[in-house]
Amino acid sequence: MTPAGYFLDHLWLIPLFPLVTAALMLFIGRRLPNVAVSALCVGSVGLSFLFALGAVTQLLAAAPKNRVAQRILFEWLTPGQMQLSSGHLVQFTADWGYLLDPLSSVMVLVVTGVGFLIHIYSIGYMGHEGGYYRFFGYMNLFMFSMLTLVLANNMLLMFVGWEGVGLCSYLLIGFYFLKKSASDAGKKAFIVNRIGDAGFILGILLTAVTFGTIRFTSQGLPDASGASGIFQSLKAAVESQALIPGATVLTAIALLLFIGAMGKSAQVPLYVWLPDAMEGPTPVSALIHAATMVTAGVYMVVRMNAIYQLAPFALDVVAVIGAITSIFAASMALVQNDIKKVLAYSTISQLGYMFLALGVGAFAAGIFHLMTHAFFKALLFLGAGSVIHAMSGEQDIRKMGGLWDKIPNTAKTFAIATLAIAGIFPFAGFFSKDEILGQAFDRFFLLWIVGFITAWLTAFYMSRLFFLTFFGHCRADEHVEKHIHESPRAMTVPLMILAGLSIIGGWIGWPAALGGENRFERFLDPILTGVLAETGTVRIAHHALAKEILLMAASLGIAAAGIFLAYRFYCSKWFAPELVAAKFPKLYRLLANKYYVDEIYDAAIVDRTKDLGTLLGQFDAKVIDGVGVDGTGWLARFGSTLSMWWDKWIIDGLLNFGAKLTQLLSFPVRFLQTGTFSSYALLILVGLAILLAYYQQHLHVVLRGAR
Amino acid sequence: MLPIGHYLFLGLALFIIGVIGVVTRRNVIVILMSIELILNAVNINLVAFSRLYGDVAGQVFALFIIADAAAEAAVGLGIIIAFFRNRETVLEDEMDLLKW
Repeated sequence: MTPAGYFLDHLWLIPLFPLVTAALMLFIGRRLPNVAVSALCVGSVGLSFLFALGAVTQLLAAAPKNRVAQRILFEWLTPGQMQLSSGHLVQFTADWGYLLDPLSSVMVLVVTGVGFLIHIYSIGYMGHEGGYYRFFGYMNLFMFSMLTLVLANNMLLMFVGWEGVGLCSYLLIGFYFLKKSASDAGKKAFIVNRIGDAGFILGILLTAVTFGTIRFTSQGLPDASGASGIFQSLKAAVESQALIPGATVLTAIALLLFIGAMGKSAQVPLYVWLPDAMEGPTPVSALIHAATMVTAGVYMVVRMNAIYQLAPFALDVVAVIGAITSIFAASMALVQNDIKKVLAYSTISQLGYMFLALGVGAFAAGIFHLMTHAFFKALLFLGAGSVIHAMSGEQDIRKMGGLWDKIPNTAKTFAIATLAIAGIFPFAGFFSKDEILGQAFDRFFLLWIVGFITAWLTAFYMSRLFFLTFFGHCRADEHVEKHIHESPRAMTVPLMILAGLSIIGGWIGWPAALGGENRFERFLDPILTGVLAETGTVRIAHHALAKEILLMAASLGIAAAGIFLAYRFYCSKWFAPELVAAKFPKLYRLLANKYYVDEIYDAAIVDRTKDLGTLLGQFDAKVIDGVGVDGTGWLARFGSTLSMWWDKWIIDGLLNFGAKLTQLLSFPVRFLQTGTFSSYALLILVGLAILLAYYQQHLHVVLRGAR
Repeated sequence: MLPIGHYLFLGLALFIIGVIGVVTRRNVIVILMSIELILNAVNINLVAFSRLYGDVAGQVFALFIIADAAAEAAVGLGIIIAFFRNRETVLEDEMDLLKW
C-alpha cells in the first residue's frame, strides 16, 4: 500500500512554482516593480513550502515501512538497450520522476522552509541593491534546481538538479559581476565543482552498467511495473552472491560518488571555492553556501547509503576526509577576520562533521546535523548580513564591537545560533553533534578525538566572532558608528524564527539516554536499513547509558571551555590574543594564510595548467600555425608559382608563338591594309585591270557571244 | 544616228573621271559625287546597248540604278553627317580606324 493524496500526486508542483517565477523574472522581471518581484518570488517559494508540508503530512499517514511515494511524470530518456558489465542486456531508461521518502521529506522541508525565510529576509537585505529581479530570479532558479535534486527519483535527474544548483551558485557568487574578485570567485566555484562532478557522473555511469538502472528504488511506484531500482538490484545481486560486500565495483562507485560530494560539499581537497564564495550577497551565502546546496553531497551519500554500507573502505575514506576537513577548516576559522569568512570555514568544518558521521555509518546523525546546521548556520549568516547591513557594508570584525545594545534583535538571535553551533544543551547543535561524536566514539577512538578537538575549536572561534562583534567598545569609524541601526522587520522576523528553530530544532532527535526516543532516527530508519540485515544493526548499536551520559558531559564541557577561553581572550582581556600570536608566529602565519593551500594549488595546479596552456599555445603557434597553416600556405604558393610558370611560358607561350608566327608571316601583306578606302578602291581597280589583262582573249569570246 | 563607239567612249571617259575622283580626292562628299559619275557612266552604256539591240531591259536597269543611286546618296550622306558629328572631319584619309 503506497501512500496517496493530493499533495503526493502533485509533487511535481513543488519544484515547478519557483521555476515559473524564475522564468518570469528572467524574461520580464526588468519591467516589474520591486513589490511585484517580491510577491511573486517569495510567494512561489512559500507555496512550495506549503505543498511540501502537505506532501510530508500525507506521507506520514502511512506506516513507517511504506513511507515512499514515487510519481513518474514522463519518460525522459526513452528505453534503449544497454549491455551490463555482467554481460546481460537490459532496457535502460531514465524518467522524470519525483520521490518522497523520509530522507527527501527532511530535505524538502529544510530547503523550502529555510529557503522561504531567507527569501523574506532578502526582501529587506536586497531592497536597495540593483538587479533586484535578477537576484530573485536566480534564487528561484536555485530553489527549483535544489528541489529537483532532493526530489529526483533517479541519479540522472539528481545530476540535473546538481548541475543546476552549481550554475545558480556561480551566478549568485558572481552577482556583483563588475567586481573582479566576485566574478573570479564564481568561476573558481564553478571549476572546482566540475572536478567533483566528473567523479559524480563517472559514478552514475558505473552504477548504470553495474545495476542496469539509475532509479534509486522501485518502491512506491503506483503500479507494480516490475521496473527495478538500484536498491532492489543491489539486493538481488548480493543475495545471489553476484556481488559480495566490499566488492571492488561497489567501492569504486562509492568513491566516485564521494568525489562528487567532496566538490559540492567543500571537503578537503576541494573546499577552496567555498571561502571565496562569500563574495556573493549574504542571503546567497546563507541559502546556498550554508543551508542547502553544500549539503547536497551529504544528502547524495545518504541517498546511496545501501551501496556505501557494502563498501567499508569507501566509508573509511569518507570518515577520514570528513574528520580532516572538520579540524582543518576549524583551525583556519580561528584567525579569520572577515565575519563571513569565519562562517564559511565554520560551514566547511561542520560539513566535515556530517561526513564524519556518514563515514562511521551514522547516516541518520549526519542528516540530523545537516538539518540543525541548516537552521543555525542560516541564522548565523543572516545575522552576519544584518550586522553588515548595520555597519554600512563593513565585514571586518576588528572594526566592529559593542553592537549588543545597538542591534539587540540581531545580537540575541546571533547569540542563540552561536550557542547552538557550539553544542550547548539544549540548543539544536548539541543533539546532532553529540549523536555524531557518540557514534564516532563507538567506531574509532581517533575519529572521536578529532571531532572532540573540533568541537572545542568550534566553540572557541564562534565565541571569538561573537565577542569581537557584539562586545567591547566600538572600533568603527565615527560616521559608520553614527549610522548603526537595527535591520527592518523583514530581516529580523526570519532571524527570530530561525532562532526558535535553532533552539527547538534538535528536540525531535532527543536521545534515548536523556529519556527521549530519538524520533528523528526512527523516522529515517526505513531508508537506512540497507540490503543486509546485519549492517542495519551496527548503526543503531547503543552503548551503555553511563558512557553516553559521560560523552555528553565531555562534549558539553569542551564547548564550555572553548567559550570560556574566548571570553577570557576577547572580552575580559585576561590576556591578549596578540601575545599568543606573537609567541607562535609561524603557526599564526600558517593559519592566517590558510595553510597556503590556495598558493599550493596555484603553484601545483593552476600554474601548471597555465604552463600547459602556454606550451599548447606555443605548439599551436609553432607546429599548427607554423608547419600546418604556414606550410600549407607555402605549398599552395609553391604550387601556384609552378602553375603560373606553366601558364605563362607554356600555355601563353604557345598562344604567343602562334600570334608571333602570324605577325611574322603577315609582315609584307599587312601594309596593304591602310584603312583609307581610296587605296582600297585603287587596289580593286588594279586587281580588275590585272584580271582583264589576264583574261583578255576570253573577254573577246564573251563580247562576241553577247553580240 | 551616232555609232555605238561614241557612247562607249563617253561612258569610258565619265568612268575614268569618276575612278580618278574616288581614288584621288580626300573629301568623302566628293568621293560620293565621283561614285555618281561612275554609276552614270554605266547608265550611258546600258542605255546605248539597249538602243543598239532594241532591247528595253537595259533601260529598265538604268532606271533601277538611278533609284539605287538616290538611295545610296541619302544613306551615304547620312553616314557622313553622323561621322562628322563624332569626329568632326569628312576627310577620308583621317578615317583610318580599320588600319592594321
